[in-house]
Amino acid sequence: MTLTLDHLQKSYGPLSVLRDCSFTFEDGGIYCLMGPSGSGKTTLFRILMGLEKADAGAVRFDKPSPKISAVFQEDRLCETFSPVENLRFILGKTVPEGEIRRELSSLLPEESLSRPVFTLSGGMKRRTAVCRAMTAPSDLIIMDEPFTGLDSETKKQVVEYIKSRQRGRLLIMSTHQEEDVHLLGGELVRMERLAGEAL
Amino acid sequence: MKSFHLPRKFLILLFWTALWQAASAAVGNSILLTGPADVLKTLVSLAVTADFWKTIACSSGKIMLGFFLAFLAGLLLGTAAFRFSVLEDLLAPVISLMKSIPVASFVILALIWIGSDNLCIFISFLVVLPMIYVNTLAGLRSTDPRLLEMADVFQVPFFRRIRFLYLPALLPYLVSGCRVALGMSIKSGVAAEVIGTPAWSIGKQLYLSKTWLDTSSLFAWTLVIIAVSALFERAVLFLLDRVPCGTPYKEEMK
Repeated sequence: MTLTLDHLQKSYGPLSVLRDCSFTFEDGGIYCLMGPSGSGKTTLFRILMGLEKADAGAVRFDKPSPKISAVFQEDRLCETFSPVENLRFILGKTVPEGEIRRELSSLLPEESLSRPVFTLSGGMKRRTAVCRAMTAPSDLIIMDEPFTGLDSETKKQVVEYIKSRQRGRLLIMSTHQEEDVHLLGGELVRMERLAGEAL
Repeated sequence: MKSFHLPRKFLILLFWTALWQAASAAVGNSILLTGPADVLKTLVSLAVTADFWKTIACSSGKIMLGFFLAFLAGLLLGTAAFRFSVLEDLLAPVISLMKSIPVASFVILALIWIGSDNLCIFISFLVVLPMIYVNTLAGLRSTDPRLLEMADVFQVPFFRRIRFLYLPALLPYLVSGCRVALGMSIKSGVAAEVIGTPAWSIGKQLYLSKTWLDTSSLFAWTLVIIAVSALFERAVLFLLDRVPCGTPYKEEMK
């Protein structure tokens, strides 16, 4: 699925967050957005997910009603549910529990799969959120700093997992580290470039 | 822990009962202050009659009917007001009035409108409705907006959101609302019966106790009201605890 930003603008009162952003994310690509804090990455994601409206400009998908899955800046898991139940909440009964468990055990130790999320470490919660985004049926995957709280070894494991589960879907993520771009083999997009300014 | 608490609670109860008996003996007038022994004797003599049980069944049945009707109405109106803010604005003055008008005023008005027979259903309804309505609204509003956004993005179906996001947020508010409303419905229902004196009602028995200056009977019926209230509260909370709302680890969180 191809996604086009067409002169997108967004302000919060006097604070202009997105200024005339235009860009095309090609089908099946991996794009890593980089920019300092407050440069509008999360705002852009919220607009793409339909949680905020742009003040001007448009977001164009080449497919009607595309499905989106996401890793939010916070984990946004149901804390009293286990990782298995968190995935079940999204997937319903369409996917057998055995398959959900297999998917989660790619990133999490087996003993943690049935524990309530509030007993898991920050890194485990993050991996559950990543697994949820990759497992949900979608055309576009959005990840807002998905490697927060992960050590370098775990990060490599998660990167491999993401690459193996991308399956030709468009993936856009934000990060603060260029290393992540290399690990994922994605295209680096600086926020300034979206606004058409010099790199 | 339980084996430690039970005798302590029992000893505390025994202490206050003994103090009550001592105070009653010191006063020496059973009309002014009857003792626990006399109250127990009266209660036993009442309990062996069929009329006693019929009175309890009629009174508590009507009050509970009023409570359940108000519970359903409060839940529906609260949910509708959460969804449509216009309805919330429309209902705001009515709910404020219901919360602030004294029960006695309602009782007199209701006596004129509907007579005394179903008075306590109406009064129980009026007292409970605003409490359940306000708690429903507050509970639904306490649903984590970040989880709702997540459900929006992942296009989680409507009924799954209700069961796993809204219900877990709503239930604690409903439980605390019910705890207060249950006590209030019984107190106000019985108060309405005292004014209306319908047949087969606990309120009428309280009124007769006053007329005959039968303090033992007054205390005995008061104990019955406390017991009915406790039983009713346990039954309602038991039912609410069984609502499936996707919080499988509730027990560990307590």
